[in-house]
Amino acid sequence: MALKMVKGSIDRMFDKNLQDLVRGIRNHKEDELQMLGYDISWAAFNIIEVMSASKFTFKRVGYLAASQCFHEGTDVIMLTTNQIRKDLSSPSQYDTGVALTGLSCFVTPDLARDLANDIMTLMSHTKPYIRKKAVLIMYKVFLKYPESLRPAFPRLKEKLEDPDPGVQSAAVNVICELARRNPKNYLSLAPLFFKLMTSSTNNWVLIKIIKLFGALTPLEPRLGKKLIEPLTNLIHSTSAMSLLYECVNTVIAVLISLSSGMPNHSASIQLCVQKLRILIEDSDQNLKYLGLLAMSKILRTHPKSVQAHKDLVLQCLDDKDESIRLRALDLLYGMVSKKNLMEIVKQLLQHVDKAEGTAYRDELLTKIIAICSQGNYQHVTNFQWYISILVELTRLEGTRHGHLIAAQMLDVAIRVKAIRAFAVAQMAALLDSAPLLASGARRNGICEVLYAAAWICGEFSEHLQEPQQTLAAMLRPRVSALPGHIQAVYVQNALKLYTAVLQRQEQAAPDPQDAPPDADADADAADAPGAAQEAAQLLLERLPQFVQSADLEVQERASCVLQLVRQAQKLQARGVPVAAELSALFAGELNPVAPKAQKKVPVPEGLDLDAWINEPPSDSEAEDERPRAMFQEDEPRHARPKAQEADDEELARRREARRQEQANNPFYIKSCPSPQKLYQDAPGVDHIPVVCIDLSVPLRVPGLPASEQYVKLEEERRHRQRAEKGGRKHRKKDKAGRGGRRGGSLPDSDEDIAPAQRVDIVTEEMPENALPSDEDDKDPDDPYRALDIDLDRPLADSEKLPVQRHRPVAPPKSPKKEAAAPKERKSKKPKKEKGRGRDRDRDRKAQALDLWLCSTPPAEPAESTALGTPSLDTEVPTAPQQPSEPCPDEGDREPEAHKKPHKRKKQRQEKERSGRDKKSRKKRAEDGPPLGTGALEEAEEEPLPPMSSYALLAENDFVRMTYEVRGSLQGGSQVTVSLVLENLSSHVLKSLELGVLDSLNARLARPPGASAHDGVPVPFQLPPGVSNEAQFVFSIQSVLTAQKLKGTLSFIAKNDEGSTHEKLDFKLAFTCSSYLVTTPCYSDAFAKLLESGDLTGSCVKVDGITMTFRNVLAKICFHHRFSVVERVGSCASMYSRSIQGHHVCLLVKQAEQSVSVDVKCADATLLGSLLDELRATLSAC
Amino acid sequence: MILAILVFNNHGKPRLVRFYQHFPEEIQQQIVRETFHLVLKRDDNICNFLESGSLIGGSDYKLIYRHYATLYFVFCVDSSESELGILDLIQVFVETLDKCFENVCELDLIFHMDKVHFILQEVVMGGMVLETNMNEIVAQMEAQNRLEKSEGGLSAAPARAVSAVKNINLPEIPRNINIGDLNIKVPNLSQFV
Repeated sequence: MALKMVKGSIDRMFDKNLQDLVRGIRNHKEDELQMLGYDISWAAFNIIEVMSASKFTFKRVGYLAASQCFHEGTDVIMLTTNQIRKDLSSPSQYDTGVALTGLSCFVTPDLARDLANDIMTLMSHTKPYIRKKAVLIMYKVFLKYPESLRPAFPRLKEKLEDPDPGVQSAAVNVICELARRNPKNYLSLAPLFFKLMTSSTNNWVLIKIIKLFGALTPLEPRLGKKLIEPLTNLIHSTSAMSLLYECVNTVIAVLISLSSGMPNHSASIQLCVQKLRILIEDSDQNLKYLGLLAMSKILRTHPKSVQAHKDLVLQCLDDKDESIRLRALDLLYGMVSKKNLMEIVKQLLQHVDKAEGTAYRDELLTKIIAICSQGNYQHVTNFQWYISILVELTRLEGTRHGHLIAAQMLDVAIRVKAIRAFAVAQMAALLDSAPLLASGARRNGICEVLYAAAWICGEFSEHLQEPQQTLAAMLRPRVSALPGHIQAVYVQNALKLYTAVLQRQEQAAPDPQDAPPDADADADAADAPGAAQEAAQLLLERLPQFVQSADLEVQERASCVLQLVRQAQKLQARGVPVAAELSALFAGELNPVAPKAQKKVPVPEGLDLDAWINEPPSDSEAEDERPRAMFQEDEPRHARPKAQEADDEELARRREARRQEQANNPFYIKSCPSPQKLYQDAPGVDHIPVVCIDLSVPLRVPGLPASEQYVKLEEERRHRQRAEKGGRKHRKKDKAGRGGRRGGSLPDSDEDIAPAQRVDIVTEEMPENALPSDEDDKDPDDPYRALDIDLDRPLADSEKLPVQRHRPVAPPKSPKKEAAAPKERKSKKPKKEKGRGRDRDRDRKAQALDLWLCSTPPAEPAESTALGTPSLDTEVPTAPQQPSEPCPDEGDREPEAHKKPHKRKKQRQEKERSGRDKKSRKKRAEDGPPLGTGALEEAEEEPLPPMSSYALLAENDFVRMTYEVRGSLQGGSQVTVSLVLENLSSHVLKSLELGVLDSLNARLARPPGASAHDGVPVPFQLPPGVSNEAQFVFSIQSVLTAQKLKGTLSFIAKNDEGSTHEKLDFKLAFTCSSYLVTTPCYSDAFAKLLESGDLTGSCVKVDGITMTFRNVLAKICFHHRFSVVERVGSCASMYSRSIQGHHVCLLVKQAEQSVSVDVKCADATLLGSLLDELRATLSAC
Repeated sequence: MILAILVFNNHGKPRLVRFYQHFPEEIQQQIVRETFHLVLKRDDNICNFLESGSLIGGSDYKLIYRHYATLYFVFCVDSSESELGILDLIQVFVETLDKCFENVCELDLIFHMDKVHFILQEVVMGGMVLETNMNEIVAQMEAQNRLEKSEGGLSAAPARAVSAVKNINLPEIPRNINIGDLNIKVPNLSQFV
C-alpha cells in the first residue's frame, strides 16, 4: 500500500500541475514522518518549486516539507538562497515568518553566510512576530557561521531590552544557549541579566536567566555573592515550582563556587536543603525526582547537610518509580562515610533481596560495589567485611555482573595485602561450593567469580590451609563445563597449587627419601609426602580431560602443565627437590598500572612520531592486512612471564641487566615506586594484626549471610578502639584490653575510625614526568568551540556581515585577522598606547564588571528595592506554572470515553444484529458490507430513530414509487436503483415500463439491442394493494456531482371497467452519497491515507443539533454510507469510498449544540458535493 | 535546546515526529521505537523524566513526556532546558491544540497532520522555544488560517465552485472542467478553527 502511494506520488511529480506537486510533496513529507525509509532526495527540486510559490498556502507547505527533509547534505539547498532572501524581505510577515521557521531547520554554513545580514536586519523589524523569530534563528546562524557572532552581537544585546516579551525571551534564550557553551565571554552581560532578573515577571525568562547565572558563577565567585540575596528572596516568594527549583539549583552552583572562599553560607545551604526536602516529600513524582537530583549536587560540597536526610533518601529506595530509586542510589553513593558504610550496604542488600526485575537488582549490585570501592576504598574500614559482602553477592540469582564482582575480588586481594589470607580462605570455600557450577550460574555469568577465586587461591597459595582440597575442587570434572577462559585459569592455578603443596612438603621434610615422617611435625607435614604424590597423581589423572578441551587456551595450558607435572614427578621420584624451581615460574609481584599510564608517557624531545622512519610504502600494500595475533584477546588477562628454567642468579643477573636497559630507555614505563608502595614493601606491613579471623567466623559461603557477623565484629572493634582512645595511651589496636566499655557516648567522627586492615592501596602506576591531564577532555570536534569568541572587542571592518552583491565571490575574511587591528586602534583610541588598544578596551569592560560586582547592594538602589518586593506573585498568566495540574479536558474525559466502547461491545453487537434484521426486511440484491452502520451503534440513552433510505420518487392515484440508489464496488462504475412500486388503486397494473432520459453521465442499462429511447419493462404486475420491488442498473460516468434524470413510468391500469394507459413522470436524483459504498477501514490504513496528502479538505459546521452524537454518526453512516473508523469521546473518524474508488474521510466532532464535520476527499468536486449533502443531513437533525 | 519532539499513541504509532537535528530515516525510526518502549513501561503515576535512550544524544539529554489519554508527548531536551519548564511547555502545546481543534483528540492529529506541524512551528523553532504564550500562538495561527482561506486554501475554492455549478442543475457537466484558476472567497465557511 505504501509503495503504491509512493508510486502514485512519483507519477504526480511529473505532472506539472502545482496542486499535484504540493500533494506529492506532502505525500513524501509524511512518508518521511512515518519513516518508511524512502529516500526523498529526488523530491527536493519539487519542494523548492513549491517553496517559491507565490501563495502563502503553498509556500508554507513547501517550507514545512523542506524543514522535514533538508539537511546539510542536501545538494539542492544552495539553490534556495535567493528564494529565501526574497521571502525574508517579503511584505507579508507570514511569508517571512515561514521562511525563517523553515530556515531554522536546514541552515547550512553557506546559507548562514549569505543570509546573515538579511536576518540581522530583520532583528529590527517592526513586527515583534518577525523580530522574535529573527533573534532566535541567529543562534543557528552563529553555529554555522561563527564569524557573524561579533557583528550581530550588539543588536542581540539590544534585544534583551525589547519592549515585546516574546522578543526579549527569544534574546535571552539565544544568549543563554551561547553562554552555556562559552560562559566566560558573557560575563560582561551579568549586570544586564541581573537587572532583567529583578525586573522580569515572565517565569520562562527568569528560569533561563537563573540557569545562565548558574553557568556564570563558577567563573566569577563575586557574582555569586551578589546573587545569593535576590535568589533567596525568589525562593521565598515564588509559587512556581519550576522557578523555585531553578533558583535552588543556581544557589547550589553559587555555593559550590564559593565553597572555598566564604564559609558563612550555612543559612543558604539550610534553606536549599530544606526546600529540597519539601520537594522530595511532595507527592508529585516529578518534584521528588528533581529534588533528589539537586540534592546530589549539594552533596558534592556539603555532604554533611545532606547526610542529615539519609532517612529520606533511604525511604526513596522503596519508591515504586525506578528512576527515583536510581537517583536515591546515586545520592547514597555520595553519602557514605566510614561510619555509615556498613549500615547503608546492609540496607542495600535488603533491597537486593526485595527487588523485582533483574535490571534494578543489577543496578543495586553495581552501586554497592561502586559505593564500597569509591576513592580507593576510602570508606572501607574492614576488608573482611567487604570480601564477605562480595561473596554474598555471588549468591544473587541472574545477575549479569559476575565479572564486576570478580574484578573487585581480584583488586582487593591484590591491593590489600593484609586481607589475602582471609580472601584466600573465602575463595577456597567458593571454589568448593557447588552452586556456582550449576548451569544457571554459567548462563548468567556469575561463574566469572570463579575466575577470580581460582586465581586468588593459586596466586596466594601460601595462605591456603588445605591446598590439596582446593586442588581437588579445581579439577572436578564439572569444571570442564565452564567457559574457556575460566578453565584456563583453573589449569594454570592448579599448577600453582601443586607447587605450593610440593613446597610445603619439601620444607617440612627437606629430604623426602628420608623415609618415615617425623612424629614431631604437624599434621600437614605428616601427610606431606603422600600429599604431593597424591596431588601429582590427581593432576595427571584429570588434566588429560583439559588437554582435550575445545578451547585452545585451555588445551595449550593443560598440555604444558601436564608435562611439567610429569617432569616434576620424575625428578621428585629421584629425590631432586623441584619446588624451588617450580615456584620460580610464578615469582614476582603484580602491581596495578593506571589506565592512562601509556597516554601519559611524555614524548621525548626530538622525536617526531609522525615522521616516516622508512620510505612510505606504496598505497596498494595495506598494512593492516597482516594477520593479527590469534590470542590477542586473551593475552592481557593471562599475561604472566613464562619464566625459563633458570636459576635465581641467572634470573637476578638478567633482571639487573634489564633494569639498566630500561633506565636508559626513554620509552619504557618505569615502575617508579609510589610512597605507599614503598611503605608496603617495608617489613611490618604484613605483620599488622588482623582481627580474629578464624575463631569467630566460620568460613562457610552458603547459608547465612556472613557479612552480618563482620558488621558486629567491626562494631566491637570500633568500640574497643574508642575505649582505648578514651584510655590514656594509644596502644596497639588489636591487643586491646577488654576493660573499656564506655566511650559509646563519644561521637565518633569519620577520622576517628581507624581501619582494621592497613589498606595498602597501591596507587596506580604512572610513568615518570607524566603530562598534566588538563587537555584530556577537550573535543576538537566540538561545534561550540568555534563560538568561543571575544565579544567585548570592538568590531573591525573586516568583520562586517556580507551584504548581498550580485555575485558573492569570496567569503569575507575571518575576524581573527590582525590586518584590521591598526585601523581600529586609530579610530577608537587615538590616545592609548599603540598595540594594546584591544586589551585596554577589554580591561575597561572588565573593570566595569568588577565595579558592578564589588558594589554593595546600596550601590544600585533601584534594584535592591525591587528585590524586596519582587513582583513575581503576579505571574504572567501566559507562562504555565502549575505542572501538577492536569489539563482539565483531557485528563477527565478521554479515559472514560475510552472505556466505554469496551463495556458495551456486547450490547452493541446484539443491537447491531437486530438493527440489521429490521432493515433486511426489504430484500436487496446488492448489500453493502455489513460492518458499516453496525460498527457504531451503541446502546446509549435513546434508541435509534427509524431510518429509511427509500425516498419518495413520485406518486399519483395509481401508484407510489419509492427508490433507493446503491452503489457496488464490484460492478465497476454502476449503481443499482431499487424501485418499490406500490399499487394504491383497485386496478391491476400491468405492462409497467420504465423510461429514462439518459444523460451523458448516467445511462440506464437496457437489454441488448434496445435503443437509448426504449423503456425497460418492469418484470412484474401489480395487483391492487400490492407492492413489489424492481431493480435497474445505471452506469455512471462521473460520480463527482449529484444529478437528476427525468423519467416516466408507463403502465396499463386495468379493472373490471376496462384498462387505461397511464403515465407517471419522475425525477430520479442521484446524490453523491449514493455513489458511496460502505467500506470498512482500519485505523492504520486510515492514518496512512490521510498522511498521503492526496486528499483535499474542507469543513462544515452545523449549529443547533440536539441529537446524541451516536445518532448523528448513525445518520451519517446510514444516509451517506460511511463506516466509523475510530471513535474517541465525541469525536469520530469515518470512511467511505465511491464506486470509482475515491476515498472520503470524515472527522466528525460534536461540541455543545453543534456538530462539525471535516471532510477530506481525493477529489475536490466530489468533496464539495458531499459537503453540501452532509450539511443538509445535519441540518435536518 | 530541544532535540526532538515525538508524539505517539498508546500503541506506538507515531502521530508527530519532529527532529531538530538531522538523523537518517532509519535512525529516526529506531529512536521513535526506543523512546516508545522506554516511555510505555512507565506507570502514569511516576515521574515524567527519564534518561534518554542510547540513540539520542548522550547523558546531557533527557526525555520529558506527558501522557494524555491515548497520546504520549515526548520532548527530548538537553540540560539547558528546565525540566518543569518543558513540562509546562508540553501543556501549552496541548492546550493550544485543544483550542485550535476544539477538544483535540488523537483523530485530529491524524486528520490535520499539517496543521499540527504549523502550530508546533509557532511554539518551537529550530529546537528553541519561540513562544510560550498560548493566546499569542492561537492568534498567529488564526491570522495564518485567515490568510490561507483568503487564498482559497489548498483546493477548497475549486470544490466550492463545482458545487455551486452543480446547484444550477445542469443536465450534464463536461468531464474536464478546468476551474483551477477560479478563486472564490467563501466567507461563510470560516467556522473551522
